[in-house]
Amino acid sequence: MSPTEPGVGAPLLAVHGLRKSFGDNEVLRGIDLEVRRGQVVALVGPSGSGKTTVLRSLNSLEIPDGGGITVGDDLVVDFDRPVGKRQLNLLRDRSAMVFQHYNLFPHMTVLQNVIEGPVHVRKQPKADAVAEAERLLQRVGLADKRDAYPFQLSGGQQQRVGIVRALAMRPQVLLFDEPTSALDPELVGDVLAVIKELSDEGWTMVIVTHELAFAREVADEVVFMDQGLVVERGAPEVVLGSPQHDRTRQFVRRLQQRF
Amino acid sequence: MDWELVRTSLGPIVRGAVLGTIPLTLASFALGLALALAVALMRLSHIRVVSGLARAYISVIRGTPLLVQLFVIFYGLPSVGLTISPWPSAIIAFSMNVGGYGAEIIRAAILSVPKGQWEAAHMVGMPRALALRRIILPQAARVSVPPLSNTFISLVKDTSLASLILVTELFREAQQIAAVSQEFMVLYVEAAAVYWVVCLFLSTAQSLLERRLDRYVAH
Repeated sequence: MSPTEPGVGAPLLAVHGLRKSFGDNEVLRGIDLEVRRGQVVALVGPSGSGKTTVLRSLNSLEIPDGGGITVGDDLVVDFDRPVGKRQLNLLRDRSAMVFQHYNLFPHMTVLQNVIEGPVHVRKQPKADAVAEAERLLQRVGLADKRDAYPFQLSGGQQQRVGIVRALAMRPQVLLFDEPTSALDPELVGDVLAVIKELSDEGWTMVIVTHELAFAREVADEVVFMDQGLVVERGAPEVVLGSPQHDRTRQFVRRLQQRF
Repeated sequence: MDWELVRTSLGPIVRGAVLGTIPLTLASFALGLALALAVALMRLSHIRVVSGLARAYISVIRGTPLLVQLFVIFYGLPSVGLTISPWPSAIIAFSMNVGGYGAEIIRAAILSVPKGQWEAAHMVGMPRALALRRIILPQAARVSVPPLSNTFISLVKDTSLASLILVTELFREAQQIAAVSQEFMVLYVEAAAVYWVVCLFLSTAQSLLERRLDRYVAH
């Protein structure tokens, strides 16, 4: 996939009126989102704003109470009606998630982590899956770690394996849930560099992040959420540079004060 | 101390261990573990009737003496028309017992695996059963080896109760020789020593297994 391929810029992912409550706590109160093919969308906002819940819903890790998700021109999941397992699995197959805490399988080597889904779920021939995994590991600079166990790697290396594991699922959309917030500061750069490369290659990505400088550099669009609603969206330099809403301004100011 | 008696009785007692105690323990533990896994999964089920059944089972097994369970099966069931011979009776009672205690161990071990592991397994497309088998249980196994080893070692000693339903095992051999020779102290201490040796051997096996399962965690 590359940005020059036909179909770039066509809508790939659409979220309409997504709602979700945990008990009395209404975390999503009608979220709309559109992601075009090859686009990188950054979801930012204070904790509790619902941004992670949106991301998890895209991978069927949460089941929304209402609204809908459309992927491509053939998959529509309508949460206003009862949704079957099959639909949730189809939705899940379209995307792959990179987790905040990596969530690598600790009892498997790096290579086994990467080929687990392709071989045991997608039933790809093992030799193909291994070749693909080695190629991807090479790209993120971890070819020599293929037989290491996760505990032998640094956080940054583990997260790069997490990214490779997601890529090996050949998703249409890559989802990142605060991919660098569990990392030591000096390891953040390596992971961000890999994500930047993927965006340059034309991958479609939705990234939940607190790294506003990175969002500014890599995102085509920034969506600011607060209290379960989208407050503001637009080009990064607008939303993060000269926000229109008070809540966005406060948020941006507070994050910048850290430095 | 009658060393001649120790020498002549050691053969039958060790034979009782090899032909009685050890196979009884292995068979009961293997069946019991399978039962324990099933009960643990039932206990974790979101379907209330299913988890309720598992809870009731665990409660009955843990709340009644093993000796009484053994007697109900061997001496009780014949009066309702179900006669089971000594060996199967013992295996049924012991494996049901392991099933009850083991279920709680396995349930706790499954719950000790972080939720993110389920999520990562789902993310790579695994349905629940496959995630359990390939991702969750291998990690739960590591946690459950020490407490399950406890259950296993207890079982070795509990099989002496089978002597009371006429199973020829280690302790029954010792009792029979003692009854004839009237040397109770010698024979029972000897029996205790043989149990202890078997358990020592098992403890070593446990350490080896733990070391093997620990190869993927930081030390």
